[in-house]
Amino acid sequence: MCTDAMLLTEVEPSLRPLTPATYRVVARRVETDDVVTLSLEAISGSNLQFRPGQFNMLTAFGVGEVAISISSAPGAPGPIEHTVRNVGAVTNALCNAAVGSVVGVRGPFGTDWGVDDLDDSDVVIVAGGIGLAPLRGAISYLVDKPGRTGKVFVLVGAREPDQITFPDDLERWERDGAIVKITVDVADAGWKGAIGVVTTLLPTVDFDPARTVALVCGPEIMMRFTVRGLADLGVAYGSIRVSLERNMQCGVGWCGHCQLGPLLICRDGPVFAYSESLERLISERER
Amino acid sequence: MTENIGDLVAEHPLFSGLPIDVAELVGGCSQNVTIATGQLLLEEGEPAKSLYLLRRGHVALEVHEPGRVPLVIDRIGPGQAVGWSWMFPPYRWHFDARALEPLGAISVDAECLRNKAEADPAFGYLLMKRLAAVMLDRLQATRVRLLDVYGRDVAH
Repeated sequence: MCTDAMLLTEVEPSLRPLTPATYRVVARRVETDDVVTLSLEAISGSNLQFRPGQFNMLTAFGVGEVAISISSAPGAPGPIEHTVRNVGAVTNALCNAAVGSVVGVRGPFGTDWGVDDLDDSDVVIVAGGIGLAPLRGAISYLVDKPGRTGKVFVLVGAREPDQITFPDDLERWERDGAIVKITVDVADAGWKGAIGVVTTLLPTVDFDPARTVALVCGPEIMMRFTVRGLADLGVAYGSIRVSLERNMQCGVGWCGHCQLGPLLICRDGPVFAYSESLERLISERER
Repeated sequence: MTENIGDLVAEHPLFSGLPIDVAELVGGCSQNVTIATGQLLLEEGEPAKSLYLLRRGHVALEVHEPGRVPLVIDRIGPGQAVGWSWMFPPYRWHFDARALEPLGAISVDAECLRNKAEADPAFGYLLMKRLAAVMLDRLQATRVRLLDVYGRDVAH
């Protein structure tokens, strides 16, 4: 971790997207055995503005940098939250960042869920595992927005009950009018919810496919099956939005590490409207 | 009001849309039952004598292990069916199925149903098509679960 003194003050304008601002970890919440949510406050100036679905590049100084979705709601007072799963060296350092330590933040980058114009739509949100994190801000926005006429369905799949992230939010969204359903792959007799993959929840909720927009985030296999399930129920591909993840490095479409066919995920995504061409790209077999 | 069991069978999604005489054939093997919370409908190793068409309440399909809380492998609710082991020898249940709440169900006598299917191949074919469709759904859902899809992440 770095100190305040390491803050870069004068940066060549063309390099600014590549220069992290320093943020302090003001809170750290353990979500599951390998998932942690960090609350970050800008050390200098105000916190960055973002739209739900966008991501930041977080730096664990001396270790590396990684793309992490913003998991708090836009415009919410207080710090910006990022939810990190411990899967490697950088994410391990971030997950173990102590309150008071400093991390680097570049962003926000990429496209968003486009929730501003969904007032009259039923919105079906399907999240698998930590895929709920990039959707969390969008769900809070939709649930809290006054005057919406469409319903909000939140369908969550996890491996086991103790892998369910944001349980307090799930309760709060349900209390505030969303239809929330949770399913797990494996459980003991204490679990009273559904068992099975998240796609099995789709036929159990009552949405109008003609006026539905679906927001889907999770591992790509899960998203493929979810899209198929939504399409089987009559939701048009163009009304399904998915968030893709690749090896994002620069965040601004310069380096090409996150290229997927003609797309650069950091610049053209991570949120995409589903289409047949996107389906071909993410279904491409290794040769 | 007494409900005709054939009508109840015809209303269940497993048999909906089939000619009423098919539902009546199934109804001839059926009775309307209620089952208390915690009661076992199916017990591993015991003879598989019934197909249950759930009308109300949920059932947990469980595997028990000595000294441990049972593992729940599926949760089945209204409009779904429980119990397939009656279809093929040795006609014994592979899992436990426990009522999670008071159940309303149609209990179909398995031997009666098998005999009618053997005697009337057209009926047997219709029956098997319905049952096979449900089993295909369950098989595919199980295969997707085996992928452990939520655990896949790129290391960073």
